Amino acid sequence: MTMATRQATSAAARTAATPAWHRAGMGRRLAERVGRRTVLWLGIAVFVVITGFPVYWMIITALMTNQQLYNPTSFRLWDLPFVFNHVTYLFTQTQYLRWLGNTYLIGAVDAAVTLAIGIPAAYGLARMRLRGAQTIAVLLFMTYLISPSLLFIPLSKVLATLGLINSDWGLMLVYPTITIPFCTWLLTGFFASLPKDLEDAAKVDGCGTWGAVWRVVLPLSQAGILTVVIFAFTLTMQDFIYMLSFISSSQLMPVNLGVVTQLIRGDIFYWGSLMAGALIAGLPIAIIYNMFLDKFVSGLTRGAIK
Amino acid sequence: MTADAGRIGTAGSVRAAAGGRGRQGGKPAWRRALYGKARYLTLAPATLYMAAILGVPLVLAIWYSLTDINTSTYAVRFVGLQNFISLVGNPAFIQALINTAIYGGASTVFTALVGTAMAFVLLPSYRGKPVIRFIMMLPWTIPIPLSLVGWQWIFQPQFSVINWIAQQMGVMSSPGVQWLGFPDNAMASIIMANVWHNIPFAAIIFVAAVIGIPAELIEAAKVDGAGWWRRLTRVMLPVAAPILLLGLVFNMVFNFTDLTIVYLLTQGGPAGGTEILSYDAFQVGIQDGNLGEGAAITLFLLPFLAFISFLFLRAIRRSRLAMS
Repeated sequence: MTMATRQATSAAARTAATPAWHRAGMGRRLAERVGRRTVLWLGIAVFVVITGFPVYWMIITALMTNQQLYNPTSFRLWDLPFVFNHVTYLFTQTQYLRWLGNTYLIGAVDAAVTLAIGIPAAYGLARMRLRGAQTIAVLLFMTYLISPSLLFIPLSKVLATLGLINSDWGLMLVYPTITIPFCTWLLTGFFASLPKDLEDAAKVDGCGTWGAVWRVVLPLSQAGILTVVIFAFTLTMQDFIYMLSFISSSQLMPVNLGVVTQLIRGDIFYWGSLMAGALIAGLPIAIIYNMFLDKFVSGLTRGAIK
Repeated sequence: MTADAGRIGTAGSVRAAAGGRGRQGGKPAWRRALYGKARYLTLAPATLYMAAILGVPLVLAIWYSLTDINTSTYAVRFVGLQNFISLVGNPAFIQALINTAIYGGASTVFTALVGTAMAFVLLPSYRGKPVIRFIMMLPWTIPIPLSLVGWQWIFQPQFSVINWIAQQMGVMSSPGVQWLGFPDNAMASIIMANVWHNIPFAAIIFVAAVIGIPAELIEAAKVDGAGWWRRLTRVMLPVAAPILLLGLVFNMVFNFTDLTIVYLLTQGGPAGGTEILSYDAFQVGIQDGNLGEGAAITLFLLPFLAFISFLFLRAIRRSRLAMS
């Protein structure tokens, strides 16, 4: 037997001795998969901690006593019992409910104005074969680049002249500039996706264009309209610069402004109530926003995908 | 019905309603022409509103910057470029300009990097993903002034939880890092808070971009023998570019113009270390009432915004090309 044949024979023997699954490479692939899954869960853990810990800490702070809060030596990452005196302070000793009411009222009015202005515009852009419709839609979208940081100074003077400074009406007048571009963009895509046959049927039945809109398009658009209402709230609740520049009376403040300015008495930060105030206003909108996030991204990137 | 559908598309639904020729023949020509132009009326409310509340203030901003308009005197004098000249000659303002560039640029870069990394954790499916995704989206979905309240607390000099944890673990000495107490620390801290707020948005944009790439394209590239790098740069990136650029545009507008983070965390920072243009404009224009100078400061944002618009238009053009 030559060297080569002997080696070949022992190689063959080794092959025969190893189990089939190992020969098929399953072991290595399994190890790869387990390795990848481990890396994935490691990554998940890292990002959950990065994004979630600050919020977790806010929740804990809202529920801890002042003794625990201001005592580094007895520091714990969590502690029972939970106390609610920060929350009750918020609702009884501050105008928190008022601020929440202001916020929701402003959001609702903004949603109404946005729909009133946006639905005709979106329907026109989607259905009426206007020349340059694409350009107009893009221009409308582009107004986002005219940031509130450019406008807040002249707007403060304009509102003062109109007698709308330090008034929620002033905010209601200005906020649709934030919501109309995005919501019209959203509605345009939405209307364009509705099947034309139904509108055409209505028109054939003698409805005329606006009859078709009223009787056919709008009832079908409940989902789109709901989405616009949700985003009207999420977008207006992210504002800070306008309310900071225009509102000074504490009872008129939306919750963003109220929480960050009114819960500091003198030099003392009421941290427990600050956290509670931020979360009670912030978490509900976060939950709702989260449900509509996919629509948000798809609406935003609509033109870019096709 | 479907035969009519082919002809319908214009708001000249007169044709549709007739189901044929009938009614249209009876209308005078001027009526038809008017109705055609009247279609643009649907855009009128939106156009008028945006022109009034967006366009007019923009023009006013330019006008104010050329005057000495302020909230204490009634008379308004035209001063030409005086505001701009005094700003450019002011070292504090130049510092604000530099700070804006640093803060905006660094925030954008880190948001892109960390957000992309986070996207890789959001792409696969796994058990409990909806809950995990909800948590990861919180920095973005909680309104920013409210989540920043939490960061105020985290950066608090005496009671910072990061310091406490690090001290318990023995990696930090007793007084701990003064997150907002020194200019460099403060700049790093506001960048940190900014990136924290924006990475969910960056991640879901990235996910949307990747999902939008047709699988056949990648398969075809594999068949053609392209390695992973070439697949990434020649196939995936060009297709994903419009969405990624769009996300970048929105992120950059925020990073260069927002003043919420600076207002709540540093108020311009120790010794002007985190003074940025928009916050400076707020202090000068609203707090001090010097509207003219404040407006001039905000106009210095325009070069940044012009560059961002350029990126935006590239994204649009790329998507048009991608459409063909």
